[in-house]
Amino acid sequence: MSASFKHLFGIAQLSRQQIEHLVHLGESFIELSRRSVKKAPTLRGKTVINLFFENSTRTRTSFEIAGKRLSADVINISASTSATKKGESLLDTGETLAAMQPHVLVIRHSISGACEFLADFLPDTSIVNAGDGAHEHPTQVLTDLLTLHVQAGGVAGKTMTIVGDIAHSRVARSHLLAAQKLGYKVRLVAPKTLLPRGIEQFGCEVFHDFDAAIPGSDVLYMLRMQTERLTSNCCFPSIREYHEAYGLNAARLALAADDCRVMHPGPMNRGVEIASEVADSARSHILDQVEHGVAIRMAVLTALCGNSPESSPSPRSKRREKAESAMRAQGKLL
Amino acid sequence: MADIIFDTTAVHAALDRMAEAITGKSGKKNRDTTVYLIGIERGGARVADEIQKRLETAGRTVARGNLDISFYRDDLDTIGANPEVRPSNMPFDIDGKNIWLIDDVLYTGRTIRAALGELFDYGRSASIHLAVLLDRGGRELPIAPDVSGLNHAADSGCSVKLLCQGGWHIEQRRVKS
Repeated sequence: MSASFKHLFGIAQLSRQQIEHLVHLGESFIELSRRSVKKAPTLRGKTVINLFFENSTRTRTSFEIAGKRLSADVINISASTSATKKGESLLDTGETLAAMQPHVLVIRHSISGACEFLADFLPDTSIVNAGDGAHEHPTQVLTDLLTLHVQAGGVAGKTMTIVGDIAHSRVARSHLLAAQKLGYKVRLVAPKTLLPRGIEQFGCEVFHDFDAAIPGSDVLYMLRMQTERLTSNCCFPSIREYHEAYGLNAARLALAADDCRVMHPGPMNRGVEIASEVADSARSHILDQVEHGVAIRMAVLTALCGNSPESSPSPRSKRREKAESAMRAQGKLL
Repeated sequence: MADIIFDTTAVHAALDRMAEAITGKSGKKNRDTTVYLIGIERGGARVADEIQKRLETAGRTVARGNLDISFYRDDLDTIGANPEVRPSNMPFDIDGKNIWLIDDVLYTGRTIRAALGELFDYGRSASIHLAVLLDRGGRELPIAPDVSGLNHAADSGCSVKLLCQGGWHIEQRRVKS
């Protein structure tokens, strides 16, 4: 099947057909989670390991639920309870887990490209990127596309306005890539300090005034202020000032068209990027996104487990050499 | 090379016979006279639509559901994820009901096994009967239809399909020798 792929690193690797296939497959899984017996035998006998080096509630839980509802065996490992606390490198953790023969390794890591790095080294395991640094978060964007497919009849020709901490957002990056493939427009709204330089090359419109970006938007996509990632070279005034300029409240929402939808990848900071009155309004699709997140992750796991990898791995010593030269080039041990 | 083994007239006559047979076997045991038809996507759902029309014309009440068994198949490793999955749709509670499972062509029995697995996940029906438009033989599992509209022994190198464009007909095509 031409739509097959062994790993899911990001939206960048996917064709439009592959994205549409995953969204379609995800749609058919929505119904499974609404049954009284939420179980299908699709992935019986498969093992999925969730390896999370950063905190996560919905992504980790939805991968876990997705795997379990499809009868896979799911194991969760978070960095705070793993051997990385004892000084084990990412590479060794990855290789150790791979030696236990899982089919899929779902990884979240603060370093961009961590998944590609590990995939080179683990020839028999499919790797899913559940968020790597500020690089990509493909399953979130596929989830958003499913929500818009179900609730708004698709994304083609629509305008999505992404507001907030663009600089640290892997979701924004993945949307910029998806927009080019699926034909929707992206507007980015942020203070200059939270916008990466040269972002216009992705073919998006950039606004610094939120109010000016609202008319003509079909989706207002609010991002969380990632206060844990703010550094001293990234000026940020105060929460209150940020909310006044870039927070979505009822008065701002009134500037939008009647069928404009509000989305948020979660977790929300109420009163910062989004006011409670908006988050809980009928135009908010935030909980739809959560429900669809499970369905999309079922689709991703099914698509990956449905391919029998036909690789002939190079010997371990060669792979180890390659990984070590990559680490030398980076100047750090991973 | 494709041969039409049953033309539109034969298929319609078979659908009539199926509807009659289902009526004859339904609703005598208990007070619930509704006929519960569940079609297997895609062909089986179309056959179930036709049978529903005939039963309703004859004055029977029909409840309909559809199953997509893609996620219950046993061949994910060999054929990969089905690109054309449709959501299952079960608008009624199957607990305690006498269910008619409908498919177009019955071959190895593996689709039916998967459908039974999925039905069990929906609940505990009182009984499940199987009605198929065409039984082509070649079973690999101990499964037999209660009602079959047509019978045709096709050998394993042939693909037998119900085609719905331009008048329903059943086509046999040799795919390997």
